[in-house]
Amino acid sequence: MSARKIVLTSGKGGVGKTTTTANLGATLAKRGQRVILIDADIGLRNLDLVLGLEKRIVFDLVEVAEGRCQLRQALIKDKRFESLSILPAAQTREKEAITAAQFSAIVELAAEQADYVLIDCPAGIETGFRNAVAGASEAIVVTTPEVSAIRDADRVVGKIADEGKPIRLIVNRLRPEMVRSGDMLSVEDVCEVLAIELLGVVPDDEEVIDTTNRGEPIVLNESNRLAAIYDKIARRLEGEIVPFTNFDGQSFFGRLIDALKAG
Amino acid sequence: MIEFLKKLFGQSGSSATAKERLRLVLMTDHLELAPELIEAMKRDLVDVISRHVEVDRDKIEVNFERQDSALAMLANIPILSVNRPNPSLTLVPVPEPVASVQPPVAANGAPPNAAPPRVRKRRKRTSKKAAGTNAAPASATPASAAAN
Repeated sequence: MSARKIVLTSGKGGVGKTTTTANLGATLAKRGQRVILIDADIGLRNLDLVLGLEKRIVFDLVEVAEGRCQLRQALIKDKRFESLSILPAAQTREKEAITAAQFSAIVELAAEQADYVLIDCPAGIETGFRNAVAGASEAIVVTTPEVSAIRDADRVVGKIADEGKPIRLIVNRLRPEMVRSGDMLSVEDVCEVLAIELLGVVPDDEEVIDTTNRGEPIVLNESNRLAAIYDKIARRLEGEIVPFTNFDGQSFFGRLIDALKAG
Repeated sequence: MIEFLKKLFGQSGSSATAKERLRLVLMTDHLELAPELIEAMKRDLVDVISRHVEVDRDKIEVNFERQDSALAMLANIPILSVNRPNPSLTLVPVPEPVASVQPPVAANGAPPNAAPPRVRKRRKRTSKKAAGTNAAPASATPASAAAN
């Protein structure tokens, strides 16, 4: 059976696409899936850095496309997870260095030896985005509960929907206390505006900055709450029905406590 | 204290504003994404109006703008002449886009220079400037192009 080919995209930069790709990939690998992560952000590669694999790069995506090496030579195995490897982007080339057909062929090749191929899409809606989406058969749109991120997400949702590919949503960096006080859009609000199926909600967590500094996906730390949250997302992706954690319960009592704290 | 009460009743924040702004901006984005839809609407609109009056198809302008909390569609459709058997009412040339200089003929007692009634509550509405020649009956029926 061929792998699921999923692009993680957002339109806007800086919403946590790469971090989400790394953590979701690592979680799927922890669950025994064979996972290949492809960094499609040619010229601005970062997935290797987030995963702490930057020193092990020998070949990259463009070199595979140009036939300078085999896919297996360019794949870097993440030793912390049995079945996780990444295909790094080229850093000194441009998005146009590869065509949609070349990219899709590489994704197909990767799909033959994996259960999940996750594509970390570059920001924007130009060539890099088009290539990344062309290679995928489904999409995960990552957004934060902010107007600019949601507007951009809506734009990519429109573009991917035009191609008839299924799309699901991850709301990243939610701050439940702000939602409760009415200062941040709730997950319900975001879902209502974007009108796509919700895959998961990841609360904002300062520890992500710390673990990224070290090049470790946060899901390595089993005691962090995000490990459990990514596990739920991975299970939903695998088709299991997993109830959502309610982050923005708006009980009167909860608001009273918040108001007293803030007051 | 007011802040406290607002927080208590969950109305303090800007999230409602954010949602409303997003709703509007996405509505505009979606319209901008579909120029072919606007063209189709324009065509249909003109077809309907053309049954009653002859319009200048080359000078039609369709714009969208925000009014109050809704999006309004504004169509400017210059009328060239009225297609009527009555010879006294045909071929009344209308100068250019905005025709505010028309003889106050007032076919059915409508005030001269009668702009089509503006329907406040409608989300999307059409207002035709350049209407309101002595073709008052035609111009008084604004094409309510309610594209969603």
